[in-house]
Amino acid sequence: MVRENPCKTGAVNIHYHSYDAVIVGAGGAGMRAAIETAGKMRTAVITKLYPTRSHTGAAQGGMCAALSNVEEDYWEWHAFDTVKGSDYLGDQDAIDVMCREAIDAVVDLEHFGLPFSRTPDGKIDQRRFGGHTRNHGEAPVRRACYAADRTGHMILQTLYQRCVASGVNFFNEFQVFDVLFEGEGEDRRAAGVVAYEMATGDLHVFASKGVLFATGGFGRIFQISSNAHTLTGDGPALLFARGIPLEDMEFYQFHPTGIYGIGILLTEGARGEGGILRNGLGERFMERVAPTVKDLAPRDMVSRAIHAEIREGRGAGPNKDYVYLDLTHLPPEQIDAKLPDISGFVRTYLGLEPKTDPIPIQPTAHYAMGGIPTNVNGEVVIDSAGTVLPGLYAAGECACVSVHGANRLGTNSLLDINVFGRRGGRRMAEYVAGVDHPSVGKEAAGDVRDRIEQIKASNGKEKVAALRAELQQAMMRDASVVRTAESLENASRVLAELRERYRDISIDDKGSVFNFDLTEAIELGSLLDLAGTLLAGAMARNESRGAHWRDDYPVRDDANWMKHTLAYREPDGTVRLEYKPVVGGRYQPMERKY
Amino acid sequence: METAEAGAQAQDAMMQEVEVHLRIKRFDPDVDKRPHWEEYFVKLKPSDTVLTALHTVKWTIDGTLSFRRSCAHGVCGSDAMMINGVNRLGCVNLISDVGTSLVIEPVRGLPVIKDLVVDMEPFFAQYRSVMPYLINADDPGYTERRQSPEDRARFDDTTKCILCGACSTSCPVYWANDQYVGPAAIVNAHRFIFDSRDQARAERLEIMNQKSGVWRCRTAFNCTDACPRGIKVTEAIEEVKRAILYDRS
Repeated sequence: MVRENPCKTGAVNIHYHSYDAVIVGAGGAGMRAAIETAGKMRTAVITKLYPTRSHTGAAQGGMCAALSNVEEDYWEWHAFDTVKGSDYLGDQDAIDVMCREAIDAVVDLEHFGLPFSRTPDGKIDQRRFGGHTRNHGEAPVRRACYAADRTGHMILQTLYQRCVASGVNFFNEFQVFDVLFEGEGEDRRAAGVVAYEMATGDLHVFASKGVLFATGGFGRIFQISSNAHTLTGDGPALLFARGIPLEDMEFYQFHPTGIYGIGILLTEGARGEGGILRNGLGERFMERVAPTVKDLAPRDMVSRAIHAEIREGRGAGPNKDYVYLDLTHLPPEQIDAKLPDISGFVRTYLGLEPKTDPIPIQPTAHYAMGGIPTNVNGEVVIDSAGTVLPGLYAAGECACVSVHGANRLGTNSLLDINVFGRRGGRRMAEYVAGVDHPSVGKEAAGDVRDRIEQIKASNGKEKVAALRAELQQAMMRDASVVRTAESLENASRVLAELRERYRDISIDDKGSVFNFDLTEAIELGSLLDLAGTLLAGAMARNESRGAHWRDDYPVRDDANWMKHTLAYREPDGTVRLEYKPVVGGRYQPMERKY
Repeated sequence: METAEAGAQAQDAMMQEVEVHLRIKRFDPDVDKRPHWEEYFVKLKPSDTVLTALHTVKWTIDGTLSFRRSCAHGVCGSDAMMINGVNRLGCVNLISDVGTSLVIEPVRGLPVIKDLVVDMEPFFAQYRSVMPYLINADDPGYTERRQSPEDRARFDDTTKCILCGACSTSCPVYWANDQYVGPAAIVNAHRFIFDSRDQARAERLEIMNQKSGVWRCRTAFNCTDACPRGIKVTEAIEEVKRAILYDRS
């Protein structure tokens, strides 16, 4: 790494770097974007982890594309399923792009070296997945390309391998805390980021013509979560703080099959392989809810069905608060070949044998459909008219294109990162070729430096871990699978109190080297802000659509609510909501039956 | 029913809190000249992980404790550490597996930066040195390359690597010799050497044949024992050795 004249201001060294393109985050979306810009322009990839630690690696089941390798399939069928799965909130122009380019995206990955599971004749094998059907809902279709139950791991490793081959310039364990702009009004454009170097505590100003955010999700706002500890929504939160809106934040997906009590993901691929959900009475309850596709209904419906079984007293266990994922009828060799990793999780964390024991599961916070608003080229759009903020891009879970609408189908996240990571990287490369370097200097790190010094100097009485736990509990209880006006008001009251107490935090570690006490404190601020946008959107939306279920408004209301939410931060810290229309297309809204 | 009751009793036992005694090797470069030991006592369930024990210390007793972690279920590879003398991931070992008296140290063979955080740069440089990416100059066109299930299975074991470093930092040769690329780099070379789609087998075997390569391995099997993914690391190294000797085409 080149260190360019560190200057001492106060206690903190500030370094300066100049790049054409900066990518924040090195999961699937960030690295896929980097592959498009590396070698063509000066590119820096900044990640708070090492790239291979990113949570893309935890994705298990597959990545859908209508390859037709094992049965008849068309990308239009995939698009229909995605639109229907989104409960008609997904933008159909973007969904068409994703499903059409899915085929290229899978072939690209194979050419990069991804070790897909294969058919007997050597083609990429495909399996069933929730919500993916043949001919507009007739029956489940084999569309998910996979590598055992570690597809995300293979994608992450393969993209990293390709980045190593291309000589991508990584800044590992650098955490971005601010985004820089220059110009005012219509002339405003992205100008770089400010990053904190974990190993030294130094700050780095990266001046850059283009900035692409690919920071992943924020599942740590909930208590039971499949998400890594580090998924704290840093990118959306810092853009929100600088006036960029966030889209559809009330739509948060709970995956039906998290390991009971700890939330670790057990892939939908387990049901794709034939696994069955059973309640405490042993009943296959999904037969009642989705007679055609049964256990392979979309995640929002399955999670709600589990919630209903538990609420109506048909749960299992001493507190009747979980149901079972039953794989015991599957051939043991199929479990070994197709589901080895999740079998290991069950043995490790529950001490159970999935070949003979039903597995206790509960819905687990999994995926943010909402995020930084973008168009199909990854350009960040800042209003309901689709106005682009030049030089600013986002891709992957932190972004909202919107291809997932109110509910994402399984496998479409791995697809999203590959399709829109590539498109965002390409568009940034085109933009960067035609603009001047921004003129930001080291002084741009001032706000971040002041915030860090203030947190370190504080003698406040509140502790970060305690506040975070209270936030996670309140969000889980009042704003997860099922919501009401009352529950959301409860959560909002708790959040307001926590925000007040957050102003009075202090940390133990005042040092400069690997101070995770400090970074966790700043991450908690992000979680609190994002929880605020989620609650504001959810309270306003008096309907039930996809993952947003209101017991007090249990029907979808297309007349009033076929629109995307945009949440803006007001100067006083409150959230202002605007709305923008959904982009329609071939498929008209229908009742969502499976 | 009897087994169900026995199972329920076993589950109950897993929920009863126990006191866990941790001795953690601490080092803060801002203030310490050399590492020292700190002791902590925390209440945990037997079903909690060692990572949860460390979080409990950090979040309720001493926020200055530094350790890496992310996914917390053994797929990201952040939290390799030495637990009671052997390399393990903190997040996949339960208190019921490792006991209530824990000695926790950073892994060996890489420079300690702070507490359990070691400098991973040498490790990733070794990884990069084996050309860890598919090399194939043929134009496959707009479709996938074919690969039979048997060819795919040939290198399946080594595709599981999460680059946590537990294997390399358990290896006595790796501790003593900073030229040796280490087991993890060899595992990642193996993953491509035995991939039927790759065309750089000879080049990789040449890298493996250098004095920094496979011949440094003394088959101590520490790496295989340490691997949290169950990769047969020593066997992979032996396969690379045999390929150099008998099958270099």
